[in-house]
Formats: sequence, C-alpha cells, structure tokens
Amino acid sequence: MTSSRSRKPYGVKGAPYGFLLPATLLFALFFVLPIGYAVWLSFRKVHVSGLGLGAGARREVWAGLENYTQALGDNEFYDGALRVLGYGCIVVPVMLGLALLFALMLDSERVRLAPFTRLAIFLPYAIPGVVAALLWGFLYLPDVSPFYFVLDRLGLPQPDLLDGGPLYLALSNIAVWGGTGFNMIVIYTSLRSIPAEVYEAAKLDGATPLQVALRIKIPMVAPSLVLTFFFSIIATLQVFNEPTTLKPLTNSVSTTWSPLMKVYVDAFGKGDIYSAAAEATLIAVATLVLSFGFLRAANRRSKQEAAQ
Amino acid sequence: MSSLAVRKTAPAAGTTPGTAQGPPLRRRVALLPTITLLLGAVYTLLPVAWVVIASTKSGSELFSTFTFLPGTGFAGNLKDLNAYRDGIYWRWMGNSALYAGLGALLSTGVSAVSGYALATYRFKGREPIFNVLLAGVLMPPIILAVPQYLLLAKAGLADSYLSVLLPQVLSPYGVYLSRVYATAAVPSDVVEAGRMDGAGEWRIFTRIAMPMMIPGMVTVFLFQFVAVWNNFLLPYIMLSDDEKFPLTLGLYTLLAQGSNQPALYTLVITGAFLAVLPLIALFLVIQRFWSLDLLSGAVKS
Repeated sequence: MTSSRSRKPYGVKGAPYGFLLPATLLFALFFVLPIGYAVWLSFRKVHVSGLGLGAGARREVWAGLENYTQALGDNEFYDGALRVLGYGCIVVPVMLGLALLFALMLDSERVRLAPFTRLAIFLPYAIPGVVAALLWGFLYLPDVSPFYFVLDRLGLPQPDLLDGGPLYLALSNIAVWGGTGFNMIVIYTSLRSIPAEVYEAAKLDGATPLQVALRIKIPMVAPSLVLTFFFSIIATLQVFNEPTTLKPLTNSVSTTWSPLMKVYVDAFGKGDIYSAAAEATLIAVATLVLSFGFLRAANRRSKQEAAQ
Repeated sequence: MSSLAVRKTAPAAGTTPGTAQGPPLRRRVALLPTITLLLGAVYTLLPVAWVVIASTKSGSELFSTFTFLPGTGFAGNLKDLNAYRDGIYWRWMGNSALYAGLGALLSTGVSAVSGYALATYRFKGREPIFNVLLAGVLMPPIILAVPQYLLLAKAGLADSYLSVLLPQVLSPYGVYLSRVYATAAVPSDVVEAGRMDGAGEWRIFTRIAMPMMIPGMVTVFLFQFVAVWNNFLLPYIMLSDDEKFPLTLGLYTLLAQGSNQPALYTLVITGAFLAVLPLIALFLVIQRFWSLDLLSGAVKS
C-alpha cells in the first residue's frame, strides 16, 4: 500500500498473507462453514412432542447415525445411486474416448479445417447444461425430432428415447455433447507440449501415424487423461441439471432420479434438512472415495510401468 | 447406442463429397482426421442449428413442418417473448449478465492476487494453503449449496442477488490457473527490481505483475464467466423471486410450465436461441486474440 522504504521488510514478510486474505476468508465462509454445518445437521433431527403445536413443541435433538442408516436403507436413494453409476459408466468412457480421438486428430499432420472444427467441438462448453438438455430434449420429442422423421421414412421402428434404457443414452448423450470439447482441449494442449524430436525417431523407423498415436502420444498424455477422468467422475456423480430439465418433457424421469435430486426434494420439498444433509454427506464421501480410488489405481499402474 | 449410430452415419453422406477434392489433394490432406473432426463438428453443431431454425417457426409450424425447414414466425416469436410477463425474459438475461460479469470480475481479482502471492513469495504455509484451496474443487456443489442456503437464510440474505453472487466469488480452479500463469509470466528479478526501486508489495503487484498476467487473467475471467452464466443448481436453490432469476432458471421454469401449455414451447425455444447467442459471440470475438489452450493451463502456445 505504501512505497516508503522503511516499511519494506515488514511488507515483504506480511504481503503474501495479506494477498491471500480475501481467498482465505471466502473459503472459510463459503466452503468450510457450510460443510461443517451440513455435517453437523446430518447428526441432528427434529423431535416433536405432543401434536407439534405451540412454541417448544419442535426441538432439534441429537440423532446419532440415524439419518445415515435411514439414507442407506432408503430404496429411492439407493436406486438413484445405481442409476447414476450406470449413467457414469456410459458418459465417462464415451466422452473421454471422443475427446482423446478428436485431440489426436487435431494433432495429426496435414489435417484440414482444424481451427474451425476445434472451435465447433468446443462450442457446447459455452452452452448452459440446462439449455443443452432443453435442446436435446426437443430433439428427442417424437413430434419435433428429425431422428423420428428419418426413422419413419425408412420404415424403421421408433424407440421412445425418453423412457427405459434409451433414457440413459439420451441423458448420457447430453453430457457427452457438453463435455467432450473441454476435455479435448485439455488433452490437445498436453499433446502439443510433446517436443517434435520425440516423433522423429519413430518416423525414421517407419512407424505409421496409428502406431505413433498408440505407442507414443497416448502414453505421453496419460497424466492429462488421468486428470480428465478424475474430474469427469466427480462431475458425473453430481448430475442434476440435465435430468431436472428433461423432467417436464417425460414422465420417466422421477423427481428423485439422481441422488442430488433426492437431496433437493428432501431439503426443500419435504423440508427435512437433516436427512438431506446426511445424504449430501454420503454423496460427497462416495465421490471422494471413487475419484481418489481411481487416482491411486492410476498412480500405482504408472509406477508399475515405470518399474518395468 | 442406437442414437449414436444414427447421428454418426447420417451426416457422413453429406460431408464426404465436400472434403474429397480429387486425387491430387489426397496426398496432402489427411482425410481420416479431417472427416472425423468434421463429423464431430456436425454432431456438436446439430442442436445449435436446430434451435436457430426452430426459433423461426410459429407454434403450429413447430409440430407440423419438417424439423430442419425454416418457418416464418421468428418476428412473432420475438414479439411474444417480449410480451411474456412484460418482458421478464430480458430481465433474466440482464440478471445473468450481472451475476456472471460482476461475479467473474470479483473472482478474477481474488484469483489474481492469490495466485500471484502463491507464485512469487516463499512463506510458511504456502503449500498447505494452496492445497486446501484446491480441495475446494472436489467439493460437490450440493453439499455446499444446501447449507449455504440455510446459513444465508439465517443472515437474512436468502433469495437475494448476493446469495447467488457471493458463493461463486472464490474459484479454486481460478486460483490454480492464476498461480500457473503468475509463475510463468512474472519473472522474480522483475519483482526484485521493483523492490530496489522502492515500490511497495501492493504497488509491484498492481503496476508491474498485473499487466504481465493479463492474458492469463482473461482466461480466468472467461472460465468463471461461463461457470456462473451456466450455473443452475445454486440459483435454483437460492432464489424464489423470479425477478432475480438468471436465464438458466428462467428458461427452466418456462419449460416446466410448457408441459401444461405447449404454446410456451415456442417461447422456450426462442429464449434458448437468444440465450446461446451471447456466449457464442463472446468466444468467436475473443478467439482472435486469445487461445483456447490457455483454459487448460497452457502457458506457452
């Protein structure tokens, strides 16, 4: 704040802490405090005495693990978790597979129209998940959809995209459409940081582009693949916007389709913030266990490979 | 997989003739990568093309004419959208611009100052602070948003502009990117030279380091702008007064009402089309002097 020499020694020592004050304060207020509060609430419940009328009839009391055992035994919550796992098993491999494929194609020699296609594939990143779900939702509606038109003309059967098994594909497609571009950019950036000399030797040995891609490029961008995988798992388990947006278009998406939607319904529909807090905590723990479990497995593998 | 197959084979017929430009070019143009990328572009542009065309259709044309045939109702749709609840749509658009613009600006400021501090100073607790801030990325938004709502309600701030703005100011990813950019863009001897000239730490940051970090900060701003503009869960939980809704939430409520009155569908579609425009325009304009790669933390392009 001051440019006088006399304050300099103090300034240099204290400066980083001062600079980090806003971030630390915001972190405490909007991350630590809410998480602590949610965990605290998850161990509480409302005790109703008598008919629950009058002041003091409803008291908040200690609930122990009651909310957790209730959530774990709740079929709706359990089914939602299974649905999201199934959904994630489609979204993550397809999205990252496509992202890797496009990144490799962008990185190949003599490719045409690369700037245009790169921007086009990245474009959905700028489109809100709600709007993406809305656009695809209309494209899935038999009355409006071009797919149905084509199937109809060809005399092929027309599956209901918004029901049963196809619903998973329909929802997965929205996530794949929205997420491929960003992941492609991450992988492409790390592909471009590989020095050209690395390929030279392989080319002199007569390796085909496919061999170069499989043997050199993919192993060299493995860290960024691990990272994109890690973040995709986290994002996928949090799915909320897309099924919520499709809900008005079909009866097959229940209000508790994904675990996050169930948390919302419990907290604001039923007003049971205690169960909602326990469920949210469980989702957070499951997400961290799965994503870090993956990270550990990936690290172990790369260490084994390094040892070989 | 059926939907994927349909999508991938149908456009192929249309794109191959355009790219195969006679035998002499075949040697120079890598066909397979080019076609793969074009197919990807067709896939991503398909819904966008659809919404552009669908927004030109009147209510009756929407369900009666072929999907990719333009209609005649764009002006009418626009008029209906303007008239809907006295033009509340434009209020939503303004709210989104406010949340995303102001939110991203504040966020970029906090990220820049934090990233700079983490990159240039050696001090006790640097790595723990960085790691703890970064762990924020991993926190599922739901475990944050519900208690955030309850706490803000206690502070009398629920259903306010601040309730949507404040929780999004700190962006762990923004801090991370800022640290990467500051490390790469601000050489330590420049900072040292500033000190020799008697400049204070804050002055060095604002006058010397900040200008060097601009390209990185544009990236952090864009990243956060898109994140806030696209956010749905937080305003969905925080807000009940539809005058304060951002576009995402407004469009969602329109769609939810549309399941009872399909006449609203044309409004939703026209609204979605107009909602997509600003961000596409932003990226097209900014593309000229800014590289996409910066988003993933690339420091040399």
